[in-house]
Amino acid sequence: MAFDAGLAVLVLGVAAWTIVARDTFAAVVGFIAYGLLLALVWVRLAAPDVALTETALGSGLTGVLLVGASTRVRRINSPAVGEEPAATLRLAAIGLCILVSAGLAALVLLLPEPAPTLAVPAAANLAATGLGNPVTAVLMAYRAIDTLLEIVVLLLALLGVWSLTPDFLWGGLPGPLHRADPDGILTFVAQLLAPIGILVGVHIFWVGSVAPGGEFQGATILAAMWILTTLSGLVDAPAVSRRWLRLLLIAGPAVFLTIGLAGFAMAGAFLAYPMNHAKLLILIIEVPVTLSIAAMLFLLVAGPPERSLHR
Amino acid sequence: MSLVRDALTILAVCAGAFFFLAGTVGLLRFPDALSRLHALTKADNLGLGLIVLGLLFRTEGPFSALKLVSVWLLVLLAGAIVTQLIARAVHPGGLRN
Repeated sequence: MAFDAGLAVLVLGVAAWTIVARDTFAAVVGFIAYGLLLALVWVRLAAPDVALTETALGSGLTGVLLVGASTRVRRINSPAVGEEPAATLRLAAIGLCILVSAGLAALVLLLPEPAPTLAVPAAANLAATGLGNPVTAVLMAYRAIDTLLEIVVLLLALLGVWSLTPDFLWGGLPGPLHRADPDGILTFVAQLLAPIGILVGVHIFWVGSVAPGGEFQGATILAAMWILTTLSGLVDAPAVSRRWLRLLLIAGPAVFLTIGLAGFAMAGAFLAYPMNHAKLLILIIEVPVTLSIAAMLFLLVAGPPERSLHR
Repeated sequence: MSLVRDALTILAVCAGAFFFLAGTVGLLRFPDALSRLHALTKADNLGLGLIVLGLLFRTEGPFSALKLVSVWLLVLLAGAIVTQLIARAVHPGGLRN
């Protein structure tokens, strides 16, 4: 009890510090710490699946994206730092934040007793999906359309990043060129850690059917290993016009959508799986989806093309 | 037997927590980046090592014990690498410069 109260105070404290921090980079560091503390909160709420996702995506990958964004912003418009948003805009933002927080608090506090839950039917029908982890059953069977839309949103976000490419660099290589230092510490860690990391990523993806884990968490670890090997200069990021890369990006959503549409013929509804074959179909969807998400996350971090293909 | 195991767990985890406390105090109190890194490695290496040791007495099988030890080894590796990278960023080209 005391631990939970302390954790709650710490989370709120770090959140407040992240908001008031003047320096962008300091705020990003605060945000990453906040995400890790939030993962602890999820563990205390007996939700290890959410904790894993929060650590991998909410704190880790978003943290990397924000670190990149903060250095880019600092490089581009350092003279504009003195500019402050207008008082009315700030007041409106404060008012809106308070309104959203009050609405959420009201929803939680006004829940009927006992709170409405679908946990019992979800657990009762778990055997029909062939899965052992109810969270994965929700993500891949009961609410598969949410997962499909999440992946499409990720792809749209990547298109948004790519749309920032100047015309003459279109189809080029993302990010700056990292030269490999054969004696460098980063080369050493990339060579040592990448095989282990890929193994852990595949493991996290694979155990998702019976234990906490799954495609998003596994894909994040795979993407992190790809980022590490490009940062160390061992491999260069692929040009965004590469055919195999484009196919890799759409493989996951395409397979997901195809099997979803086939659900009309096989089981009478979109994204419905026929009895006794649910687990196999889910696995057929999950493998390309994991690879596609890993590629999307890597390319999101790599950023828009900065180097021409013909140089 | 279980009493001895519990006692060993409590002893090792408390010792680990002490090293984390010492490392954090060092991080806050030491004057420069290199000394602060030095303090942090104590928390990473010994603190986590002792906590993992304490938890090893409570594992169900050799597989979960192996997982715990791998977690410690991975943190050791990551800690050493990050310490090197930060130290090189603070003193590019070594301490003499």
